[in-house]
Amino acid sequence: MSKKLLLKNDHIPGINTLATYKENGGYAVLTNALKNLSPDAIVEEVKKSGLRGRGGAGFPTGMKWSFLAKPEGVPRYLVCNADESEPGTFKDRYLMERIPHLLVEGMILSSFALGANTSYIYIRGEYFYVANILEKAIDEAYQAGYLGKNILGTGFNLDLYVQVGAGAYICGEETALLESLEGKRGNPRIKPPFPAVAGLYGCPTVVNNVETIAAVVPIIEMGGEEYAKIGIGKSTGTKLISASGHINKPGVYEIELGLPVEEFIYSEEWCGGIRGGRKMKAVVAGGSSVPILPTELILKTVNGEPRLMSYESLGDGGFISGTMLGSGGFIVMDEETSIVKNLYTFSRFYHHESCGQCSPCREGIGWMERILEKILDGRGTLADIDLLWDIQSKIEGKTICPLGEAAAWPVAAAIRHFRPEFEAYVTNPDSIKDIKHYYRLKN
Amino acid sequence: MMTNTQDIQFSKEAMEKVQKIISRYPSDRKKSALIPILHIAQAEFDGWLSPQTMDYVASILNIQSIEVYEVASFYSMFNLEPVGNCLIEVCRTSSCWLCGAEDIIDHIENKLGISVGETTPDGMFTLKAVECLGSCGTAPMMQVGADYHENLTIEKVDNLFDQFRNENKKSRYC
Amino acid sequence: MPKITIDDIPIEVPEGTTILQAARMIGGDIVPPAMCYYSKLKTSGGYCRTCIVKVEQGSEKDPRPMPKPVASCRTNVMDGMVVRNITSQENLEARAGVVEFLLMNHPLDCPVCDQAGECHLQDLSYEHGKEGTRNEFERREYEPMDFGDTIKLNMNRCILCYRCVKVADQLTDGRCHGVINRGEHAEISTYIEKAIDNDFSGNMIDVCPVGALTDRTFRFKSRVWYTNPVDAHRDCDKCCGKVRLWNQGDEVLRVTARKDQFGEVIDNEDGSTAWICNDCRFEKKHLNDWVIEGPSDISRHSVISANHYESLRSIQKTTMKMMGAKPHGVKFELGDGALDPNNQ
Repeated sequence: MSKKLLLKNDHIPGINTLATYKENGGYAVLTNALKNLSPDAIVEEVKKSGLRGRGGAGFPTGMKWSFLAKPEGVPRYLVCNADESEPGTFKDRYLMERIPHLLVEGMILSSFALGANTSYIYIRGEYFYVANILEKAIDEAYQAGYLGKNILGTGFNLDLYVQVGAGAYICGEETALLESLEGKRGNPRIKPPFPAVAGLYGCPTVVNNVETIAAVVPIIEMGGEEYAKIGIGKSTGTKLISASGHINKPGVYEIELGLPVEEFIYSEEWCGGIRGGRKMKAVVAGGSSVPILPTELILKTVNGEPRLMSYESLGDGGFISGTMLGSGGFIVMDEETSIVKNLYTFSRFYHHESCGQCSPCREGIGWMERILEKILDGRGTLADIDLLWDIQSKIEGKTICPLGEAAAWPVAAAIRHFRPEFEAYVTNPDSIKDIKHYYRLKN
Repeated sequence: MMTNTQDIQFSKEAMEKVQKIISRYPSDRKKSALIPILHIAQAEFDGWLSPQTMDYVASILNIQSIEVYEVASFYSMFNLEPVGNCLIEVCRTSSCWLCGAEDIIDHIENKLGISVGETTPDGMFTLKAVECLGSCGTAPMMQVGADYHENLTIEKVDNLFDQFRNENKKSRYC
Repeated sequence: MPKITIDDIPIEVPEGTTILQAARMIGGDIVPPAMCYYSKLKTSGGYCRTCIVKVEQGSEKDPRPMPKPVASCRTNVMDGMVVRNITSQENLEARAGVVEFLLMNHPLDCPVCDQAGECHLQDLSYEHGKEGTRNEFERREYEPMDFGDTIKLNMNRCILCYRCVKVADQLTDGRCHGVINRGEHAEISTYIEKAIDNDFSGNMIDVCPVGALTDRTFRFKSRVWYTNPVDAHRDCDKCCGKVRLWNQGDEVLRVTARKDQFGEVIDNEDGSTAWICNDCRFEKKHLNDWVIEGPSDISRHSVISANHYESLRSIQKTTMKMMGAKPHGVKFELGDGALDPNNQ
């Protein structure tokens, strides 16, 4: 099931330059669309495509676009969320670094569809070198007349800017991103109002992930209906998967949605199996916040169906036996991995990244991290495991933004599926000392 | 007490960059330029943001100093204390940990004779352990200035440190 | 006008009313506690999560329940909405969780805290919390800080309600304090220690729900329940001049704004908020500066202050009186008994 729409040209040397990008068909879709399609027609194609937000939530993009308020005389904004920070996820970086013009073309196309005349790409500060690549691509696009005033003689004006962040996972949450773009702390806003009504500078705003915006280009090229034929069910199209951990071939892969998980992990075309010929223990399939699943549940659903790389199949079984496609951050762990220690790195991460605005997240996540540290250190008790469970349940759903859930779900899932390992840590800490990766717990 | 900002001035080139960034935002929304300008300020003034530097940035954007402190202290890339010439940031979250980040950190600590969070006595290196930098497929990794150093091994780390010393490298994001 | 029910009590409220405001219109013990929301400060609320309620039915049009508890202070009512506060055990459990989080790093220094007796966190923990804490780790600690001669910041007690930041933004002409750092290290600060010097800065003390910002001129002078609160006024060219004096004999120990049953500064007749200026608050400490109106009607229900005030109003047990209301059987029984002036 090899189908490439976004990364079909990523191997071509020089594809990051305008000249090579154009030689390989770049900006043809934009040129054609600006001349022959109305903005509404583009929105309609995106709706038909069934494209779902690729940042993690999976919300239908066409629907999000159709919510955009259009009051007279008020500017509208398109903001690209390039604040890729979910542990396990690095696909947007790859796409922007290799094919920056695909994002630029998608931004122009989407801005035209939404009636935005100023658009921003908000990129995480750590990706400074990628921001420079994008800036260069944007400069080239201005020179070629794809950006600026009266683009390609159509009367459409667009200015596109890159804004760098400065180290804050929370700015991947769309309202925190907008706050940051306004030069403030990345505190998520209380919704409603939603950005579609009051976003950047209080104006109607759409925030979309890098991959989502890039996907608009092939959708307009082939038509929404054709795009919707790719994939499976409501999981239409292709998805970039960031594969990492104990696999032979980590990297970014574009897959057609519906690919069996087992094939993705073991086929030479994709991850190439587990390193060192070891067995697989668990997978975090969609970035750090989605539930971790043990081997038997990631390969097959409880009904014995093969698990597929799709929103529905990975979600089969809810959180009892399923997980989420999320951002496509696919982390594989071999049989020697300490699940408890891995969870600790997640909790440490969320603790570090909490903005501190609302009480459950601010106070609860650090607490979970400290309990996990205590358990890893051999000082835990069985009651600590129950306490962890209780704390995550008191954070989940009680916070302003989804960071609360993102921190709570991994804890719940690890305890749900690997409770005996937690118990071994507290009842027989000496036996754990041999587990690989448990040799060090400073800092 | 107002801090004296007279001694702090952007160079001509930096000021041009600053003005260019300010022009990207609506004229009544200059504060939007704050984070990019703080990056320039940090690169310009020894790799960290002193209260004087932040007051200077506030004066450029015509905002209260506290608005700058609030923002600068929120984002992890801004250093509010002096750091070594070369800031070493090693990722330690999940995938990097799975692929041996702790060995890398151990090795650097031993090599430099400092612990995470410390600066070498000669002021050359500061070592930080950081959270996911989006390089999970090329783990373990470290960021030094704008550069990502990936697929690290002990040998690779040794070579990089030789290089940093030879170049007397100053890590800057921009 | 939208019609809704809160804990089975029906009410019709103007469009744009929040659930919390609607509950306050009903009054009594179905009113969710609010630690960060402050009706007189724009954009306040949403942070502390103590006012969460369960929305069992979103509206007449879309009867689906809301998937998560919502902050009642920031959620507008919809026609046909069905809200559960104290008639949902699940909601009370969730709130108890929030209370535990708020108390986790709060010091047990009530005996030396000037806010004791009028502290919303004391009330909250008594009415909505559980006994004891399960946190065994060290609490966060900060050094106390002076915001000039008149205001003391004790960050250990702060619950990050942001009210003082909003006072500085909305009442004064240049904010010089704010929230710095991130996550559990977030703190109220001037960053480099600065005096907050402004005609209306003292109102930060009045809006603080805990003992994080206290009046340095009152510091350790008396327990608040040993003072005699009277309402008084004077002609002031900066503010409304309507205050509450907290006296001991002929001595004025403290001056504050007058507050209502929700602990918020009351309104003037013209609908503006009766904030007071720093002159009235800090400089006028003699009885002959003031025209005394009479004893204050204290509507606070703090556990420590109970039985000490002349005219204490306790919260009503609303739901029991209402048709169709279910008894909720939570701790209010005890709380009300202790607070009832007739039940000594």
